[in-house]
Amino acid sequence: MNPKTSDQLATGVIYALVAAVIGILIFLLGYILMTGIPHISGHFLTSAAQSFRAGGGVRDQLFNSLYLLVLTLIISFPIALGSGIYLSEYAPENWVTSLIRTSVEVLSSLPSVVVGLFGYLLFVIRFGMGFSILAGAIALTFFNLPLLTRSIEESLQDVSELQREAGLSLGLSRWKTITGIVLPAAVPGILTGIILSAGRVFGEAAALIYTAGQSAPTVNYGDWNPMDSASFLNPMRPAETLAVHIWKLNTEGVTPDAAQISSGASAVLIVVILLFNLMARLLGNWMYKKMTATR
Amino acid sequence: MNMQTYAFDKTHIIQIPLEKAMTTENLQVFYGDNHAMHDASLEFPRYRITALIGASGSGKSTYLRCLNRMNDRIATVKGKIMYRGTDINSDHINVYEVRKHISMVFQRPNPFAKSIRENITFALKRNGIKDKAELNKRVEESLKAAALWDEVKDDLDKSALALSGGQAQRLCIARCVAMKPDILLLDEPASALDPISTAKIEETLQQLRKNYSIIIVTHNMQQASRIADYTAFFHMGHVLEYDETEKIFTNPEIKATEDYISGNFG
Repeated sequence: MNPKTSDQLATGVIYALVAAVIGILIFLLGYILMTGIPHISGHFLTSAAQSFRAGGGVRDQLFNSLYLLVLTLIISFPIALGSGIYLSEYAPENWVTSLIRTSVEVLSSLPSVVVGLFGYLLFVIRFGMGFSILAGAIALTFFNLPLLTRSIEESLQDVSELQREAGLSLGLSRWKTITGIVLPAAVPGILTGIILSAGRVFGEAAALIYTAGQSAPTVNYGDWNPMDSASFLNPMRPAETLAVHIWKLNTEGVTPDAAQISSGASAVLIVVILLFNLMARLLGNWMYKKMTATR
Repeated sequence: MNMQTYAFDKTHIIQIPLEKAMTTENLQVFYGDNHAMHDASLEFPRYRITALIGASGSGKSTYLRCLNRMNDRIATVKGKIMYRGTDINSDHINVYEVRKHISMVFQRPNPFAKSIRENITFALKRNGIKDKAELNKRVEESLKAAALWDEVKDDLDKSALALSGGQAQRLCIARCVAMKPDILLLDEPASALDPISTAKIEETLQQLRKNYSIIIVTHNMQQASRIADYTAFFHMGHVLEYDETEKIFTNPEIKATEDYISGNFG
């Protein structure tokens, strides 16, 4: 075979493989959206789920998913930021650092069921939190931390060493150089990392079944006091999320329209995650322009 | 290229008859076990330009980076660096304070990913200057000092990343000047630039020489002979000759210097 034909052959194979990946993606997305979108309506998004009758919605599940995501980020972002800065800026290259990096990687590869059961035994039972949004958020933090730490560390690493030298040579301390120069330059990358990990958190079900629970109690959306048990902001109440709802409808759903609601909820889930990704790009670009004053 | 070996014990290093900006005594640098700089004792005059020349790997950049403690985390530096009667190489010195007095411009232009104005005001603000008028004044003064004002005065709030290499390097000089340091260290500031930008940088340095003591590392011998008052020749981690620039380039005392400036190696 001469170089030209072998090159053409290789190119053809690579194109075919890429086409396969895109094909699978389009098929999956298309199937979910096609079967789901006809069931989405204003009523579907704004009414509560029904246990036995048809015509239920996903209002509470959708809110729970978003609320859980926000709580998870509030817990995990500061920790991930701190460890990301440490790993990127302060950690010396030695066995302790590589041990930390390996631990972070191991944490990210834990099966979510295991994390869920661990959260169930420790937080729900041992600490007496019960099935609650907070227990769910802590369990999700375990997933989120490795991803987020990694992406923050990498975004910081991507900032040129010359920028750090420039800050130091002007008499700024290392901390001021990091917070004032390196971190702003890394913001778009960090933001992308947050939103991408948010997508994963949003779709997680296995870890939440045992921690945030499988019931969506009726809550009062007018009650803004998180201490009230009826408040929608109460972090100690059980909260079924969208992903858990889909799982439940398909395993033990008894409503006559379980299949339709499941398709609709799946479509909502996919659309929200797609929106996250889109937002990640737009917000990342916008922040970068703002930070670097490029107009 | 035939690399001759030269004796390191035969040196010619003059004492400066002028007021001194800073001096080093027996400065030695180690990268781990690698002894990168041997016993450099030099005196730098105030309000003059001193050039450090030598081949790649001769230790001139390593030496320069010691002068405001930029080697702290990379290398072990022994010996004294005297500045205003204090040894700034000792452990209890506040290195951040040192760098406000002894500022550095690097080989590759490294403006911050911020606007032109913020590039200059960022460090000033962090050092407690909050007054808007004062900040604006410093921006204008420093950009004028770096001969960049006319080119960017209408674009102060645009990104510094859009500047050309030569403009970016002059912005880096302006950024240092705005801090009102005493001494400017420049590490091959023009080596990544085209000849026109290089000429502008040199012109800028000639202007700055009136108010600042400048120490510049360069691999460009014409540049050293054009702008420097004094020149030190570095070779394989040793300072072999230090004298007035004219003397170095017309009648060097040391064979290695003569061979280097006449282009026999390096």
